[in-house]
Amino acid sequence: MSQHTRVLIIGSGPSGLTAAIYSARAQLSPIVIEGEPSSTTDQPGGQLMVTTEVENFPGFPDGIMGPELMANMRAQALRFGARMEVTKVQKLDLGQRPFRAWLTDDVEPSITADTVIIATGARSLMLDVPGEARLLSHGLSTCATCDGFFFRGHDIAVVGGGDSALEEAIFLTRFANTVTLVHRRDSLRASKIMQDRALANPKIRFAWNSQVTEVLGDEKVSGLALRDTLTGDSRVLDVTGVFIAIGHVPNTDIVAEHLERHDNGYIVTGPGSFTSVDGVFAAGDVQDHEYRQAITSAGSGCMAAIDAERWLEAQGM
Amino acid sequence: MSDTIKTLTDATFQEVVKSSELPILVDFWAEWCGPCKQIAPILEELAAEQSDKFVIGKLDVDVNVATATQYNVMSIPTLLLFKDGEIVARLIGAKPKGALLQEITQNL
Repeated sequence: MSQHTRVLIIGSGPSGLTAAIYSARAQLSPIVIEGEPSSTTDQPGGQLMVTTEVENFPGFPDGIMGPELMANMRAQALRFGARMEVTKVQKLDLGQRPFRAWLTDDVEPSITADTVIIATGARSLMLDVPGEARLLSHGLSTCATCDGFFFRGHDIAVVGGGDSALEEAIFLTRFANTVTLVHRRDSLRASKIMQDRALANPKIRFAWNSQVTEVLGDEKVSGLALRDTLTGDSRVLDVTGVFIAIGHVPNTDIVAEHLERHDNGYIVTGPGSFTSVDGVFAAGDVQDHEYRQAITSAGSGCMAAIDAERWLEAQGM
Repeated sequence: MSDTIKTLTDATFQEVVKSSELPILVDFWAEWCGPCKQIAPILEELAAEQSDKFVIGKLDVDVNVATATQYNVMSIPTLLLFKDGEIVARLIGAKPKGALLQEITQNL
Protein backbone atom coordinates (compact mmCIF):
# COMPACT_ATOMS: atom_id res chain seq x y z
CA MET A 1 0.00 0.00 0.00
CA SER A 2 1.33 3.38 -0.98
CA GLN A 3 1.21 6.24 1.45
CA HIS A 4 0.19 9.56 -0.09
CA THR A 5 1.67 12.89 0.93
CA ARG A 6 1.27 16.43 -0.33
CA VAL A 7 4.98 17.20 0.13
CA LEU A 8 7.75 14.64 -0.08
CA ILE A 9 11.17 15.94 0.99
CA ILE A 10 14.19 13.87 0.08
CA GLY A 11 17.20 14.74 2.23
CA SER A 12 17.66 15.99 5.78
CA GLY A 13 20.47 18.55 5.72
CA PRO A 14 19.77 22.24 6.40
CA SER A 15 17.72 22.60 3.20
CA GLY A 16 15.58 19.48 3.69
CA LEU A 17 14.88 20.18 7.35
CA THR A 18 14.12 23.87 6.76
CA ALA A 19 11.72 22.84 4.00
CA ALA A 20 10.21 20.38 6.49
CA ILE A 21 9.78 23.07 9.17
CA TYR A 22 8.02 25.41 6.73
CA SER A 23 5.83 22.73 5.11
CA ALA A 24 4.89 21.31 8.49
CA ARG A 25 3.94 24.72 9.84
CA ALA A 26 1.80 25.17 6.70
CA GLN A 27 -0.12 22.05 7.79
CA LEU A 28 1.13 20.03 4.84
CA SER A 29 2.54 17.24 7.09
CA PRO A 30 5.51 16.51 4.86
CA ILE A 31 7.30 13.18 4.76
CA VAL A 32 11.08 13.53 5.03
CA ILE A 33 13.25 10.71 3.75
CA GLU A 34 16.31 11.35 5.87
CA GLY A 35 18.87 8.97 4.44
CA GLU A 36 20.75 6.16 6.15
CA PRO A 37 23.55 6.07 8.72
CA SER A 38 27.00 6.16 7.17
CA SER A 39 30.40 7.61 7.93
CA THR A 40 30.35 9.86 4.88
CA THR A 41 28.42 13.09 4.33
CA ASP A 42 25.68 10.92 2.82
CA GLN A 43 23.85 10.47 6.13
CA PRO A 44 20.86 11.92 8.01
CA GLY A 45 21.76 15.52 8.78
CA GLY A 46 24.15 15.73 5.84
CA GLN A 47 27.53 17.38 5.64
CA LEU A 48 27.28 19.20 8.97
CA MET A 49 27.25 15.83 10.73
CA VAL A 50 30.95 15.46 10.01
CA THR A 51 31.99 19.00 10.90
CA THR A 52 32.76 20.51 14.26
CA GLU A 53 32.10 24.10 15.25
CA VAL A 54 29.82 26.12 12.96
CA GLU A 55 30.75 29.76 13.54
CA ASN A 56 28.79 31.49 10.77
CA PHE A 57 25.21 30.32 11.26
CA PRO A 58 23.30 33.42 12.43
CA GLY A 59 21.77 33.21 15.89
CA PHE A 60 24.64 31.36 17.56
CA PRO A 61 27.09 34.06 18.71
CA ASP A 62 29.33 31.47 20.36
CA GLY A 63 29.07 28.98 17.52
CA ILE A 64 27.36 25.60 17.61
CA MET A 65 28.51 22.09 16.83
CA GLY A 66 27.35 20.86 13.41
CA PRO A 67 25.62 17.70 14.69
CA GLU A 68 23.89 19.70 17.42
CA LEU A 69 22.61 22.26 14.92
CA MET A 70 21.17 19.46 12.81
CA ALA A 71 19.60 17.75 15.83
CA ASN A 72 17.94 21.09 16.68
CA MET A 73 16.59 21.53 13.14
CA ARG A 74 15.23 17.99 13.19
CA ALA A 75 13.51 18.52 16.54
CA GLN A 76 12.00 21.74 15.22
CA ALA A 77 10.59 19.94 12.15
CA LEU A 78 9.19 17.13 14.33
CA ARG A 79 7.54 19.65 16.64
CA PHE A 80 5.34 20.85 13.77
CA GLY A 81 4.41 17.39 12.59
CA ALA A 82 6.94 16.46 9.90
CA ARG A 83 7.13 12.70 9.43
CA MET A 84 10.71 11.41 9.34
CA GLU A 85 11.94 8.17 7.88
CA VAL A 86 15.53 6.99 8.31
CA THR A 87 15.93 5.31 4.96
CA LYS A 88 16.84 6.06 1.38
CA VAL A 89 14.77 6.49 -1.76
CA GLN A 90 15.64 3.56 -4.00
CA LYS A 91 13.81 4.84 -7.05
CA LEU A 92 11.88 7.94 -8.00
CA ASP A 93 9.41 8.44 -10.85
CA LEU A 94 8.84 12.10 -11.66
CA GLY A 95 7.34 11.28 -15.06
CA GLN A 96 3.73 11.16 -13.89
CA ARG A 97 1.54 12.68 -11.20
CA PRO A 98 1.26 11.96 -8.42
CA PHE A 99 5.02 11.44 -8.28
CA ARG A 100 6.10 8.04 -7.02
CA ALA A 101 8.90 7.01 -4.67
CA TRP A 102 10.11 3.55 -3.74
CA LEU A 103 11.83 2.91 -0.41
CA THR A 104 12.04 -0.84 -1.03
CA ASP A 105 12.33 -3.24 -3.96
CA ASP A 106 8.54 -3.71 -4.06
CA VAL A 107 6.66 -3.25 -7.31
CA GLU A 108 4.24 -0.87 -5.61
CA PRO A 109 5.67 2.57 -4.79
CA SER A 110 6.03 3.23 -1.05
CA ILE A 111 4.96 6.85 -1.34
CA THR A 112 2.95 8.91 -3.81
CA ALA A 113 3.36 12.68 -3.61
CA ASP A 114 1.77 15.81 -5.05
CA THR A 115 5.06 17.69 -4.80
CA VAL A 116 8.65 16.62 -4.28
CA ILE A 117 11.47 18.70 -2.83
CA ILE A 118 14.88 17.35 -3.79
CA ALA A 119 17.35 18.20 -1.01
CA THR A 120 19.84 15.37 -1.38
CA GLY A 121 22.91 17.57 -1.03
CA ALA A 122 26.40 16.80 -2.20
CA ARG A 123 29.02 14.27 -1.23
CA SER A 124 32.79 14.45 -0.93
CA LEU A 125 34.88 13.66 -3.95
CA MET A 126 37.57 11.05 -3.57
CA LEU A 127 41.03 11.22 -5.17
CA ASP A 128 40.55 8.09 -7.25
CA VAL A 129 44.23 7.12 -7.09
CA PRO A 130 45.89 3.77 -6.27
CA GLY A 131 45.94 2.91 -2.57
CA GLU A 132 43.05 5.15 -1.64
CA ALA A 133 40.29 2.56 -1.34
CA ARG A 134 42.58 0.01 0.32
CA LEU A 135 43.81 2.42 3.01
CA LEU A 136 40.46 4.02 3.78
CA SER A 137 40.04 3.85 7.59
CA HIS A 138 43.65 2.69 7.87
CA GLY A 139 45.16 6.14 8.00
CA LEU A 140 43.10 7.63 5.18
CA SER A 141 39.94 9.37 6.25
CA THR A 142 37.18 11.58 4.95
CA CYS A 143 36.04 12.62 8.43
CA ALA A 144 38.50 14.74 10.41
CA THR A 145 36.12 15.11 13.32
CA CYS A 146 35.69 11.34 13.57
CA ASP A 147 39.26 10.24 13.10
CA GLY A 148 41.55 13.20 13.90
CA PHE A 149 41.89 11.97 17.46
CA PHE A 150 43.82 8.91 16.32
CA PHE A 151 46.60 11.02 14.82
CA ARG A 152 47.90 12.55 18.02
CA GLY A 153 51.56 13.40 17.43
CA HIS A 154 51.51 12.22 13.81
CA ASP A 155 52.64 14.06 10.70
CA ILE A 156 49.63 14.08 8.43
CA ALA A 157 48.29 15.64 5.23
CA VAL A 158 45.06 17.27 4.15
CA VAL A 159 44.39 17.24 0.41
CA GLY A 160 42.45 20.22 -0.93
CA GLY A 161 42.46 24.02 -1.04
CA GLY A 162 38.95 25.17 -0.20
CA ASP A 163 37.31 26.22 3.05
CA SER A 164 36.56 22.69 4.14
CA ALA A 165 40.17 21.62 3.57
CA LEU A 166 41.48 24.51 5.66
CA GLU A 167 38.88 23.94 8.34
CA GLU A 168 39.98 20.31 8.58
CA ALA A 169 43.65 21.24 8.59
CA ILE A 170 43.18 23.74 11.41
CA PHE A 171 41.04 21.29 13.39
CA LEU A 172 43.63 18.53 12.93
CA THR A 173 46.43 20.68 14.39
CA ARG A 174 44.81 19.97 17.77
CA PHE A 175 46.12 16.44 17.48
CA ALA A 176 48.79 16.22 14.81
CA ASN A 177 52.43 17.19 15.03
CA THR A 178 52.30 18.79 11.58
CA VAL A 179 49.59 19.10 8.95
CA THR A 180 50.69 19.51 5.34
CA LEU A 181 48.08 20.97 3.05
CA VAL A 182 48.50 19.38 -0.37
CA HIS A 183 47.05 21.54 -3.11
CA ARG A 184 47.19 21.33 -6.89
CA ARG A 185 47.56 25.07 -7.37
CA ASP A 186 49.78 27.79 -5.93
CA SER A 187 46.97 29.66 -4.20
CA LEU A 188 43.94 28.74 -2.12
CA ARG A 189 40.26 28.90 -3.02
CA ALA A 190 39.34 29.27 0.63
CA SER A 191 37.88 32.42 2.19
CA LYS A 192 40.24 35.12 3.45
CA ILE A 193 39.55 34.46 7.12
CA MET A 194 40.31 30.75 6.78
CA GLN A 195 43.46 31.46 4.74
CA ASP A 196 44.72 33.90 7.37
CA ARG A 197 44.13 31.38 10.12
CA ALA A 198 45.85 28.58 8.24
CA LEU A 199 48.83 30.69 7.17
CA ALA A 200 49.28 31.88 10.76
CA ASN A 201 49.17 28.35 12.20
CA PRO A 202 52.73 27.15 12.92
CA LYS A 203 51.73 23.48 12.56
CA ILE A 204 50.37 23.89 9.03
CA ARG A 205 52.69 23.50 6.06
CA PHE A 206 51.91 23.79 2.39
CA ALA A 207 52.75 21.54 -0.55
CA TRP A 208 51.83 23.79 -3.47
CA ASN A 209 51.35 22.68 -7.08
CA SER A 210 51.19 19.10 -5.89
CA GLN A 211 48.98 16.39 -7.25
CA VAL A 212 48.53 13.13 -5.36
CA THR A 213 49.34 10.15 -7.59
CA GLU A 214 49.21 7.38 -5.00
CA VAL A 215 48.48 6.75 -1.34
CA LEU A 216 51.37 4.66 -0.03
CA GLY A 217 51.41 2.02 2.69
CA ASP A 218 50.75 -1.68 3.26
CA GLU A 219 48.61 -2.05 6.35
CA LYS A 220 48.55 1.64 7.21
CA VAL A 221 49.26 4.89 5.38
CA SER A 222 53.00 5.61 5.20
CA GLY A 223 53.09 8.45 2.70
CA LEU A 224 51.71 10.24 -0.32
CA ALA A 225 53.26 10.09 -3.78
CA LEU A 226 53.11 13.61 -5.21
CA ARG A 227 53.72 14.99 -8.68
CA ASP A 228 54.71 18.61 -9.14
CA THR A 229 52.16 20.11 -11.54
CA LEU A 230 54.72 22.60 -12.93
CA THR A 231 57.88 20.52 -13.27
CA GLY A 232 56.39 17.02 -13.40
CA ASP A 233 58.85 15.87 -10.71
CA SER A 234 57.76 13.12 -8.35
CA ARG A 235 58.38 12.99 -4.63
CA VAL A 236 57.11 11.26 -1.52
CA LEU A 237 55.57 13.12 1.39
CA ASP A 238 56.12 11.11 4.58
CA VAL A 239 52.81 11.17 6.42
CA THR A 240 50.94 8.57 8.47
CA GLY A 241 47.52 10.09 7.98
CA VAL A 242 45.66 11.56 5.02
CA PHE A 243 42.41 13.49 5.03
CA ILE A 244 40.60 14.16 1.76
CA ALA A 245 38.76 17.46 1.24
CA ILE A 246 38.91 18.15 -2.49
CA GLY A 247 35.36 19.17 -3.16
CA HIS A 248 31.92 17.78 -3.76
CA VAL A 249 29.58 16.28 -6.33
CA PRO A 250 25.81 16.64 -6.13
CA ASN A 251 23.76 13.57 -5.15
CA THR A 252 21.55 13.40 -8.22
CA ASP A 253 21.52 9.66 -8.96
CA ILE A 254 17.80 9.24 -8.29
CA VAL A 255 16.74 12.27 -10.36
CA ALA A 256 19.33 12.17 -13.14
CA GLU A 257 16.94 10.92 -15.80
CA HIS A 258 14.11 13.30 -14.91
CA LEU A 259 15.53 16.73 -14.10
CA GLU A 260 17.52 19.15 -16.20
CA ARG A 261 21.03 19.57 -14.82
CA HIS A 262 23.99 21.84 -15.45
CA ASP A 263 27.09 20.43 -17.15
CA ASN A 264 28.66 19.92 -13.73
CA GLY A 265 25.71 17.78 -12.62
CA TYR A 266 23.93 20.24 -10.33
CA ILE A 267 20.16 20.54 -10.77
CA VAL A 268 18.98 23.57 -12.74
CA THR A 269 16.58 25.69 -10.67
CA GLY A 270 14.73 28.94 -11.27
CA PRO A 271 12.73 30.93 -10.90
CA GLY A 272 13.07 30.26 -7.17
CA SER A 273 13.37 26.55 -6.49
CA PHE A 274 11.42 25.36 -9.56
CA THR A 275 13.08 22.56 -11.52
CA SER A 276 12.42 21.44 -15.09
CA VAL A 277 9.54 19.26 -13.86
CA ASP A 278 6.39 21.05 -12.71
CA GLY A 279 5.71 20.24 -9.06
CA VAL A 280 9.30 19.23 -8.33
CA PHE A 281 11.51 21.65 -6.44
CA ALA A 282 15.17 21.53 -5.47
CA ALA A 283 17.01 23.13 -2.58
CA GLY A 284 20.43 23.15 -0.98
CA ASP A 285 23.73 21.90 -2.33
CA VAL A 286 22.18 19.59 -4.92
CA GLN A 287 21.37 22.73 -6.93
CA ASP A 288 24.03 25.14 -5.62
CA HIS A 289 27.67 24.88 -6.58
CA GLU A 290 28.29 28.54 -5.83
CA TYR A 291 27.60 29.29 -2.16
CA ARG A 292 27.24 25.89 -0.45
CA GLN A 293 26.69 27.27 3.05
CA ALA A 294 24.41 25.95 5.78
CA ILE A 295 22.54 29.25 5.78
CA THR A 296 22.08 29.49 2.00
CA SER A 297 21.02 25.86 2.02
CA ALA A 298 18.47 26.54 4.76
CA GLY A 299 17.28 29.63 2.88
CA SER A 300 16.72 27.70 -0.32
CA GLY A 301 14.88 25.00 1.66
CA CYS A 302 12.52 27.68 2.88
CA MET A 303 12.05 28.88 -0.72
CA ALA A 304 11.25 25.36 -1.89
CA ALA A 305 8.65 24.86 0.85
CA ILE A 306 6.94 28.15 0.00
CA ASP A 307 7.12 27.42 -3.75
CA ALA A 308 5.60 23.97 -3.17
CA GLU A 309 2.83 25.37 -0.98
CA ARG A 310 1.88 28.04 -3.53
CA TRP A 311 2.09 25.54 -6.36
CA LEU A 312 -0.33 23.23 -4.51
CA GLU A 313 -2.70 26.16 -3.98
CA ALA A 314 -2.50 27.16 -7.63
CA GLN A 315 -3.36 23.60 -8.63
CA GLY A 316 -6.33 23.69 -6.25
CA MET A 317 -4.78 20.76 -4.38
CA MET B 1 20.47 5.01 27.89
CA SER B 2 19.57 1.38 28.38
CA ASP B 3 21.51 -1.05 30.51
CA THR B 4 21.50 -3.63 27.72
CA ILE B 5 24.81 -2.23 26.48
CA LYS B 6 27.76 -2.74 28.80
CA THR B 7 30.20 0.12 29.22
CA LEU B 8 33.76 -1.16 28.92
CA THR B 9 36.97 0.57 29.98
CA ASP B 10 40.69 -0.09 29.59
CA ALA B 11 40.53 -1.69 33.05
CA THR B 12 37.61 -4.02 32.39
CA PHE B 13 37.92 -4.71 28.66
CA GLN B 14 39.95 -7.94 28.70
CA GLU B 15 38.01 -9.54 31.51
CA VAL B 16 34.59 -8.74 30.03
CA VAL B 17 35.52 -9.81 26.50
CA LYS B 18 37.24 -13.04 27.58
CA SER B 19 34.55 -14.08 30.03
CA SER B 20 31.60 -13.35 27.74
CA GLU B 21 29.65 -16.55 27.08
CA LEU B 22 27.99 -15.12 24.00
CA PRO B 23 29.93 -13.38 21.23
CA ILE B 24 30.42 -9.73 22.16
CA LEU B 25 30.33 -6.79 19.79
CA VAL B 26 32.31 -3.81 21.05
CA ASP B 27 31.45 -0.35 19.75
CA PHE B 28 34.51 1.93 19.75
CA TRP B 29 32.97 5.38 19.86
CA ALA B 30 33.40 8.93 21.14
CA GLU B 31 31.16 11.81 22.08
CA TRP B 32 32.48 14.01 19.25
CA CYS B 33 31.80 11.47 16.49
CA GLY B 34 28.60 12.19 14.54
CA PRO B 35 28.35 8.81 12.78
CA CYS B 36 28.79 7.10 16.17
CA LYS B 37 25.70 8.89 17.43
CA GLN B 38 23.76 7.72 14.40
CA ILE B 39 24.38 4.06 15.11
CA ALA B 40 23.95 4.32 18.89
CA PRO B 41 20.15 3.85 18.79
CA ILE B 42 20.55 1.01 16.27
CA LEU B 43 22.94 -0.77 18.64
CA GLU B 44 20.48 -0.28 21.50
CA GLU B 45 17.81 -1.98 19.42
CA LEU B 46 20.10 -4.82 18.35
CA ALA B 47 21.18 -5.38 21.95
CA ALA B 48 17.56 -5.81 22.97
CA GLU B 49 16.43 -7.84 19.95
CA GLN B 50 19.44 -10.13 19.58
CA SER B 51 20.22 -10.72 23.26
CA ASP B 52 20.09 -14.50 22.76
CA LYS B 53 22.71 -14.40 19.98
CA PHE B 54 25.28 -11.79 21.03
CA VAL B 55 25.86 -9.04 23.54
CA ILE B 56 27.03 -5.51 22.90
CA GLY B 57 29.56 -3.41 24.78
CA LYS B 58 30.84 0.08 24.18
CA LEU B 59 34.21 1.67 24.75
CA ASP B 60 34.75 5.43 24.72
CA VAL B 61 38.06 5.81 22.84
CA ASP B 62 38.54 9.30 24.26
CA VAL B 63 39.23 8.00 27.76
CA ASN B 64 40.31 4.45 26.88
CA VAL B 65 43.15 5.10 24.48
CA ALA B 66 45.13 1.99 25.42
CA THR B 67 42.47 -0.47 24.24
CA ALA B 68 41.77 1.50 21.06
CA THR B 69 45.50 1.53 20.26
CA GLN B 70 45.92 -2.15 21.10
CA TYR B 71 43.26 -3.07 18.54
CA ASN B 72 44.53 -0.62 15.91
CA VAL B 73 41.36 1.41 15.84
CA MET B 74 42.04 4.41 13.57
CA SER B 75 38.54 5.32 12.53
CA ILE B 76 35.30 5.37 14.43
CA PRO B 77 32.77 4.02 14.74
CA THR B 78 34.60 0.70 14.63
CA LEU B 79 32.73 -2.40 15.77
CA LEU B 80 34.85 -5.40 16.78
CA LEU B 81 33.15 -8.75 17.18
CA PHE B 82 34.83 -11.10 19.66
CA LYS B 83 34.17 -14.81 20.00
CA ASP B 84 35.93 -16.65 22.81
CA GLY B 85 38.12 -13.59 23.29
CA GLU B 86 39.30 -13.52 19.66
CA ILE B 87 38.38 -10.95 17.01
CA VAL B 88 36.20 -12.56 14.33
CA ALA B 89 35.03 -9.42 12.54
CA ARG B 90 35.94 -5.75 12.20
CA LEU B 91 33.17 -3.46 10.97
CA ILE B 92 34.26 0.10 10.21
CA GLY B 93 31.90 3.02 9.72
CA ALA B 94 28.25 3.70 10.37
CA LYS B 95 25.79 1.59 8.39
CA PRO B 96 22.04 1.01 8.32
CA LYS B 97 20.63 -1.50 10.80
CA GLY B 98 20.00 -4.25 8.25
CA ALA B 99 23.53 -4.10 6.88
CA LEU B 100 25.06 -4.12 10.37
CA LEU B 101 22.99 -7.08 11.53
CA GLN B 102 23.84 -9.02 8.38
CA GLU B 103 27.58 -8.47 8.82
CA ILE B 104 27.40 -9.43 12.49
CA THR B 105 25.24 -12.49 11.92
CA GLN B 106 27.38 -13.94 9.16
CA ASN B 107 30.37 -13.84 11.51
CA LEU B 108 28.72 -15.38 14.55
